[in-house]
Amino acid sequence: MGLTEILTMSHELALIAALIILLISEIFSDEKSKYKFIPLAFALILGAGVVGLIFGKTGIIFGGMYQNDALRMAMKLILDLATLIVFLQSTEWIKHPHNKNRVLEFYLLVFATLIGMNFMISSGDFLMFYLGLELATIPIAALAAFDRLKNNSAEAGIKLILSSALSTGLLLYGLSMIYGTTGSIYFSEIKELITLNSLSMLGMIFFITGMAFKISLAPFHFWTADVYQGSPIAVTSYLSVVSKGAAIFIFTFVLYNVFGATSAIWTQILVMLSVITMTIGNLFALRQQNLKRFLAYSSIAQAGFIMLGILGQSAIGMGSVIYFLLIYIFSNLGAFGVVAIISAQTGKETIADYRGLYATNPKLSLALMLALFSLAGIPPVAGFFGKLFLFNAAASQGYYWLLFVAVVNATISLYYYLLPVKAMFIEKTDSPIATFKAKPYMALSVAICMVGLVVTGFASVIFEYLVSVSSGL
Amino acid sequence: MLYTISIKYFLILSTLMFFSGVAGFIIRKNLITILMSVELMLNAVNINFLVFNRYLYPDQLQGHFFSLFIVAIAAAEASVAIALIINIYRRFNTIMVNKVDEMKY
Repeated sequence: MGLTEILTMSHELALIAALIILLISEIFSDEKSKYKFIPLAFALILGAGVVGLIFGKTGIIFGGMYQNDALRMAMKLILDLATLIVFLQSTEWIKHPHNKNRVLEFYLLVFATLIGMNFMISSGDFLMFYLGLELATIPIAALAAFDRLKNNSAEAGIKLILSSALSTGLLLYGLSMIYGTTGSIYFSEIKELITLNSLSMLGMIFFITGMAFKISLAPFHFWTADVYQGSPIAVTSYLSVVSKGAAIFIFTFVLYNVFGATSAIWTQILVMLSVITMTIGNLFALRQQNLKRFLAYSSIAQAGFIMLGILGQSAIGMGSVIYFLLIYIFSNLGAFGVVAIISAQTGKETIADYRGLYATNPKLSLALMLALFSLAGIPPVAGFFGKLFLFNAAASQGYYWLLFVAVVNATISLYYYLLPVKAMFIEKTDSPIATFKAKPYMALSVAICMVGLVVTGFASVIFEYLVSVSSGL
Repeated sequence: MLYTISIKYFLILSTLMFFSGVAGFIIRKNLITILMSVELMLNAVNINFLVFNRYLYPDQLQGHFFSLFIVAIAAAEASVAIALIINIYRRFNTIMVNKVDEMKY
């Protein structure tokens, strides 16, 4: 294997180089220059994305353990963009005096998880998949417990590591059964060898259960709300878009390309999971007051909608899932960005605190409104097109009653997405949040999300490209 | 000598280990015991991989290597989990899960 073949994984190599640069620069920094890591981290994540874009090429190396193609490269770039937005949003929180000596640790842990996710996305066998998954999961638990002085943060960390350990155990138990029936751990070989027998089906069900924990599908969602509420906001937004997006991507890929021959079984499981997830996510979101917890249940409901796209079982299904993930990144990070700005300024996080916000901070209110409209799927913003293509993919396979349930759920979700909007625009209060100017980095992150929300919806070229590089069953 | 023991006894053992791990994870209240239950589950997986490899596919090594990686990563996971448990003890002065419940519903 020569140098040119190693360059197939240039994106991962660039991220590893970025991690080492950050580690070395820690040696040469002192008390005062700590905050220089913040722009350095922005530059490194941008650089890694550019290197991946320029030098990245498709191919299969390490005897099939690692594979790269146009769709995976697009997904990695989407994750880089989301991480950059999360970095921009975290600036105020990381500058807090409590985090004085730990600025670098945040960036190191995030880069480590991103490397894990990239290897997981590019995996060609279950060993690489497992290693990437664990590298993406373990540092996130440390990130969730990052606010060491807060009880909620410590609780979030322990809940995340224990539920992810349980889900990994279930997933591996399933993989061992699949190894027992097929005698291989390579995706391409299992695809040829897998047959419908009880042991391999049990293995597949355990695998789906383990992944359902990771992407918080009901009834495996109990950790989600607590972890999202307790973690620092930057970590919550990272968890809800980047790690969830990577897990959904590889879940779709494995279902199509490894368990393709047994699709009659897993489609039934996904239909049930989808119905339960949408309904439970929406019903629990109705009664939330804390905005982080509110967005956690909303992200559970969105995962239920994404299952509709996976049920499409075609290139359009896969393309619509990735397209929806891109839009979901913009809308969710836009909402989290506004919540982060207000929380960093005032420490307030409940819906009731947002009363009368439009009168004092009109720009922030409009941004939050657009992001929530996109999550709900109201036409002018991109979220509508994302949901439309997901529903379209499910309809092409004839899941009409499932679509009916999804539409009813979309209507319910409209109610609770409008609650914060109502609080901001209509309700009056004597003591609204005072007028303030958002810090430039945070404002920039929200602006990127707003531009993305409008552009991805109307630029049909993005969806067409994603479908053209996707592959179906 | 190994082959005098039938494969099904190994599988019964690993199944029992796995589900006592799952049961322990759900029933136990002490965080350290919950962590031990998870380790029990992972070791059951290891037995499965090794036995399938040894009995059904003796000419290859994929199962052996998979179990080695599981052992290594379980150690990494346990170390992070124990660090977080110590953090919990400092904040709450207890490691019983029913006392660590500030966030609910």
